[in-house]
Formats: sequence, structure tokens, C-alpha cells
Amino acid sequence: MNALNIPQGSTAHSAYSLRSSLAEGEERRTLAVLVVNEAGVLARVIGLFSGRGYNIESLTVAETDHVSRRSRITVVTTGTPAVIAQIKAQLSRMVVVIDVHDLTTEGPSVERELALIKVAATGEARVESLRLADVFRARVVDTTLRSFVFELTGPSDKIDAFVELMAPLGLVDVSRTGVAAIKRGPEGM
Amino acid sequence: MSREMTGAQIVVQALKDQGVDTVFGYPGGAVLPIYDELFKQNDIRHILVRHEQGATHAAEGYARSTGKPGVVLVTSGPGATNAVTGMADALLDSIPMIVLTGQVPTFLIGSDAFQEADTIGITRPCTKHNWLVKETDQLSDVLHQAFFVATNGRPGPVLIDIPKDVQFATGTYRGPEDAPALPYRPRTEGDADMIEAAVEMIETAERPILYTGGGVINSGDEATRLLRELAEATGFPVTSTLMGLGAYPASGEAWLGMLGMHGMYEANMAMHDCDAMFCIGARFDDRITGRLDAFSPGSKKVHIDIDPSSINKNVMVDVPIIGDVACVLAAILERWKARGSKLKRDRLTGWWTQIDAWRAIKCLTYKGSETVIKPQYALERLEALTRDHDRYITTEVGQHQMWAAQFLHFQEPKRWMTSGGLGTMGYGVPASVGVQIAHPDALVINVAGEASFMMTMQELSTAVQYRAPVKQFILNNERLGMVRQWQQLLHGERYSHTYSEALPDFVKMAEAFGAKGIRCENPADLDEAIREMLAYDGPVIFDCMVEKHENCFPMIPSGKAHNEMLLGEASTEGAIDAGGGMLV
Ligand SMILES: Cc1cc2nc3c(=O)[nH]c(=O)nc-3n(C[C@H](O)[C@H](O)[C@H](O)COP(=O)(O)OP(=O)(O)OC[C@H]3O[C@@H](n4cnc5c(N)ncnc54)[C@H](O)[C@@H]3O)c2cc1C
Ligand SMILES: Cc1ncc(C[n+]2csc(CCOP(=O)(O)OP(=O)(O)O)c2C)c(N)n1
Repeated sequence: MNALNIPQGSTAHSAYSLRSSLAEGEERRTLAVLVVNEAGVLARVIGLFSGRGYNIESLTVAETDHVSRRSRITVVTTGTPAVIAQIKAQLSRMVVVIDVHDLTTEGPSVERELALIKVAATGEARVESLRLADVFRARVVDTTLRSFVFELTGPSDKIDAFVELMAPLGLVDVSRTGVAAIKRGPEGM
Repeated sequence: MSREMTGAQIVVQALKDQGVDTVFGYPGGAVLPIYDELFKQNDIRHILVRHEQGATHAAEGYARSTGKPGVVLVTSGPGATNAVTGMADALLDSIPMIVLTGQVPTFLIGSDAFQEADTIGITRPCTKHNWLVKETDQLSDVLHQAFFVATNGRPGPVLIDIPKDVQFATGTYRGPEDAPALPYRPRTEGDADMIEAAVEMIETAERPILYTGGGVINSGDEATRLLRELAEATGFPVTSTLMGLGAYPASGEAWLGMLGMHGMYEANMAMHDCDAMFCIGARFDDRITGRLDAFSPGSKKVHIDIDPSSINKNVMVDVPIIGDVACVLAAILERWKARGSKLKRDRLTGWWTQIDAWRAIKCLTYKGSETVIKPQYALERLEALTRDHDRYITTEVGQHQMWAAQFLHFQEPKRWMTSGGLGTMGYGVPASVGVQIAHPDALVINVAGEASFMMTMQELSTAVQYRAPVKQFILNNERLGMVRQWQQLLHGERYSHTYSEALPDFVKMAEAFGAKGIRCENPADLDEAIREMLAYDGPVIFDCMVEKHENCFPMIPSGKAHNEMLLGEASTEGAIDAGGGMLV
């Protein structure tokens, strides 16, 4: 650990790359899963992952089409290519699943996550946190004389980096939404 | 067509419109309205089992022997939890089954009400899909959709949880054709390019094998016919998993017998040495592949399966074909004929010579006895004395199950009902009852071990009530034989808790149930005793006292390759390394 408490091995590519390193042969994929929004649908999808021992790094769910009751689940998972292929096949055969897309392999996509980060600090640490927030383009959405709540949007590793930097300055809590992702260009999903 | 009815009436009407003639069930508070409706009609026959697990296995036997889905009706709480094992069993063995459970009224859900259980949560991982219906208006749509899901694609169990207030309330009934379609639309036609690639492989193969499985039987009688046609047209040898027995006739020329852990030497050697493997409706289960990195190393593989998640799950294949066996085989045969392909027997002569050499090993040879009944001998005699009957066989799980697969011969599909994937002891007795209900005039025999038999033997009472003349053929070794065999081979002959010290007198027990009991201890008496069993018009418990420490061979020990098969007791010492013990 260095002064900023950045975990070892986290800066493989840049100061922003703080995701845990992948095991040999494993890949990270972002899957977009369109499902019928019925009771228990999330439990079904999560149950598939836990029951078959697949990883979930991040999971985001919300209804995206109220009229036809469609929800979109964005799941970031890791595994060998064979495991990823199984995950997609297992998801696709579920009765509630309408469509599965692998955003990582099906051409370029955008990924964003939103985080609310609370930092309690006074004096130099308080000033430093504000200065870093400016560098990261985080917004202050709540303030008291002893604390800030920052709002930060970006790829997950950017949020990781900001959170790590806040840790020695008085980090209290983090609330993250998980990844939302969409294909670039005019096509759907 | 739509009509106003109570939820309970909707359930019964939907079952009728789906062509259901039999329901296996057990009543209780949360399903009383449905039972009331059953009472008022005569189209659907209800079979009262003695335990809800029995209802599920009976429904499985009914389904597997008819090709129609099995239907189960049980109450909330303990009724539903007792049915869990059968659903898990049907899920692994791809058996279409509809389970209807009662639930506490909607306004009590979540309050720890009397006999409340989170049935949907508990059964989610052991059903293909399940539904909690909270409005009577939605009930008929869900019921029809449930039949669609259970019987299309890879078949499996589905569950519908129906709160009691939904059964009482009035709603609109809509017929099967009016139910909205689900996004679930399994593909049945194979990809044309892949089919062409498979035909090319058929044309050039020199050491081919058809590795067939339960999917052929799931697909239906047309699939069986096409499989036979394909074997005939190509001259290729055929093997099958435990689940696929009967799709290709055991008397057929190309038949190698079952493959896998306790399969035939010739079948496993051919799988190992082949250059072209055609997997048809089978799923590369670990009982088949043995050590994965040594599995059929030199072959190109075609895999026909309706479930995309079966493809490349355990074994990577060269030509995946997602589709229904019957559709895909029809397309393959059509292309084969269109291309003017011909059977090339001389190209296969070398391969068949090799296979005949493996056959000559006679891997099922066992040491006979004049003083004790060998289990293999008992099954040989059972086969000889029943093969001309209109016969259905169910089994329990253990050594007797494997011996039955080896020594009984099936000429037709849907005649062999066994728990393969989950390996559920206690499956056979209720399954035999379900089969007999579907085929009242047939000879239905459950080949059992005494330990498995005791798990669900109360269903004999069901058999007596409905005059189902099932024959329980128990190979009684007073041991949990299959586990004991593993302990002998793998755990230094430390027989930890595999001896049943206190067993009932099965003859007296049969009489207590109102059935007939027969005991046989002497090989010389066996034929006569079996004839007595066959002649009796009613349920029989046949207590066949057999050799207690007989082992089931051939055997591919866990963690070994196909060509490292054990053939007899002499060759077993030190054959399984420590790693193999992990795999069980
Ligand atoms: C004690 C014990 C020992 C055992 N030893 C052996 C052994 O030695 N040998 C052996 O073979 N088994 C053995 N088994 C059984 C084994 O565990 C598996 O259940 C069995 O091998 C699986 O059979 P299968 O591959 O045919 O697949 P099934 O479980 O029958 O699955 C059918 C496959 O076909 C597909 N399918 C379904 N419908 C269709 C359709 N319409 N069109 C196309 N595809 C379809 C499904 O998606 C699935 O992939 C043993 C079991 C026990 C309990
Ligand atoms: C419900 C259940 N519990 C435990 C097992 C593990 N098991 C597999 S075979 C076996 C022994 C079966 O004994 P028996 O029915 O007498 O048949 P045998 O092997 O002696 O022919 C056991 C305990 C199982 N398959 N199912």
C-alpha cells in the first residue's frame, strides 16, 4: 500500500485502471439482457448466476419500456470464453428472456456508472478533496461545513480511481449504480 | 371462446382442453376448491398417491411411457416441498411435467400463514419455469403457456402456484389457442450449412459412431424411425446413453449396447477410437465422457441438440446443430439422398472388424453360481421370460439399475424409465405405478434394490387401490450396493453405513399391503418363481435374494479414460487413483 491506499496491482494500465486483475484465460464482458418485467425476474437471472457459479461484477436493472413491460439488465461478468458462451446460452433459453447481447464483442459501446461519494473532512484534506473532485469533474450535490457528497459519472474504473483517492481524505460512504451500457451508432441494444 | 368461471373451474377446464386424462395428486387445504371441481366431473382421472414425491415420479413414468406431459396436483407448504425431488429429477432427465400447487390466499402471502412456503423461490432452480398467479383472469393463459413451455424445446417440469382466493374468485377462461405467445420460441430446424457439413462427415467417415441419447426419445416416434433409417442407410454402429435405450433396437445389427461408466466395452472403445462422432440428442454427461481431456481425442464431432446451452458445455464440437432430432435427421437424410450418397460397406469393414474384436471380449461375463442367485443371472432370466410380453421397465438407482440396463434389451422407445441425471432412489416404485396407469394391460416391472424400494414403497398402496398390477422385482443384497462397491474399490473396503441390518420381511409386507409376496433364494427355483409373478393378476413384491458383494462391471473408474475400463474383479486393484475419488 502506498500513501493513498491504492491496492497493489491496480494500476496496470493507467492511474484509472483499478479493477481487479483477471485470472488466466478469463475475460470481462458486459451483457445487455432484455427481459419481460414480471415478478421475480431478477431473482431468476441472479439465481442462474449463483446456481451455476458464474461471476457478477456489476448488475443494473430497470424497466425501460413500461407499455410492453420490458426491463433491461446490464450485467458485467468474467469468465473464460467457454464460460461466457454458456452464460449467454443459459440466459437465452430462459422463458422470460427476450434478447441477449454481448456489448463487449458486438462492436463499440459506451459504459457509464453513477456514484455518490461522501467525504467528511476539514482543513487541508477538505480542500484537497474538492480539488480532486474538480480534476475528475465530480459535482458537489450536498455540503456541510464538515462534509461533501460528490456525484460522479463515468466508466467504472474512473469511479474506482476517485474513490481510492478519497479514502485517505475522509471517505465515509459510496453508493454506486452499477454499469449501464449501450451500443454506439444507430443500431439497437 | 371465453367464459366466466371460478379459478378452480378454469384449472379443470384448461387441463381438459390440453387433453389431460390423468392427474397424480394429494389434496390439502390450499387446493380444496380444485379438488371440489375434480369431484364434479369424469373426464380427468385423479390418482391418489401416498406421498407427493410419489405423485411426481408417477407423473414422470406416465410422461416417459406415453410421450405426453405428466400432471401433478398438490397442496401448499409441505405438499409443494415434498414434490421438489421429482421436479429436480424431471429437470435433469428432460421430462415434461406440469405441477399445480395450492398457495395461501394472496392477502396472507408473506405472513408465515399456515402451510405457507415460498414455493416459487424454492422451485425456481428445479423447474424450467414457474408462475405465481395472483389474478383469476390470468389463470387460463398461464396454464396454457405452462403446457407450451413444458413440452417445447428441451422438455421439463413447470410449476404453477395458485393462491386459494384465486381458485375461488371468478374470472374469464380463454382456450389454448387464445393464450398470448411467450418470447420463448425454441428453434427446431437445423442450420442448412451445418447439416451439409454433417452429411459430408458421414460420407467421409472411416471409423464413425452414432452416439444417441434421451433427446431421440423426447423428440418422438418419428425421430426413432429416422434414427433407424440413418443407421440402415450409413451402416454406422450405434450406441446409446442410459436415457436413450430403445430408440435403436437392441436386436439391431448395428447395436453396440449402452456406453459410459457401466457401458459396454465395445461401445466405449469405439467412442474412444472413432474418427467421426455423431451425437444425437445426448449431452456429453460426465458418466459418458470420463476424463474429459482423454475423451475421444481423434474424432470430429457433430452434436444435434435442441438446447443451445447443451452445445459446447462439456465437450467442444466441430459441427453444432441446434434443432429437434426428428427435423434435423430428416434434413440430413434428405441431403444424403439428394447428393446421391451411398452406403460404403467396404470403407467400414476395417472398423467393424475392430468392433467385432472388442465384442469378442464379452465384457458382461460374470462368474455364475449354483448356490446363490447372481443378480446378473436373475436379470437374464427375467429378460428371457418376459421379452415376448408387452413390457415396460422402471428402475430404482444403484447396481441393479446398471445391471438392468446391461441385461434387459429394449426394442422400442418409451419402454425404459429410469432416473439418470439426478439418480433418485425411490423413483422406481411410483414411476411403475404411473406407467401402469397409462398402460393398464401391459406388464410393468420395477427392477429395484431393497434400499431404494424402501424410500417410496408406500406407493404399493396406491397400486393396490387402483388395481395396478405392478411387479416389484427386488434384487435384495441387503446392502446399499452401489455405494458399497465404491467403498470397496475406493475407500479401502471400509463399509461405512452401507449395510441395512434390519430389513422387513418383504413377503409379509406385500401381504399387509394386499399384494402378493414371493421370495426366491435358490437359482434352481428362479424361473418358476418368475413365472408365478407373471401369472399373478395384481401387484407383486418379488424378493430376489442375491449375492451380497457382487460388483457391477464393466466400469470406467472416475477420472479415467474410456480405454482404461475395468472388466472384472481381478483387474480392479489400485485402478482408481486418489483424484478419482473426488468425482464420485
Ligand atoms: C448410478 C448411475 C450410473 C449411471 N451410469 C451411466 C452409464 O454408464 N452410461 C450412461 O449412458 N448413463 C449413465 N447414467 C446416467 C447419466 O447420469 C445421465 O443421466 C445420462 O447419461 C444422460 O443421458 P443423455 O446424454 O442421453 O441426456 P438426457 O439427460 O436424456 O438429455 C437429453 C439431451 O437431448 C436434448 N434434447 C431433448 N429433446 C430434444 C429434441 N427434441 N431434439 C434434440 N435434442 C433434444 C436435451 O437438450 C439434452 O441435451 C448413470 C446414472 C446413474 C444414476
Ligand atoms: C435419494 C438418494 N439418496 C442417496 C443416493 C446415493 N446412492 C446411490 S446408489 C445407492 C445404494 C442403492 O442401494 P439399493 O437400492 O439397495 O441398490 P443396489 O445398489 O444394492 O442394487 C445410494 C445410497 C441416491 N442415489 N439417492
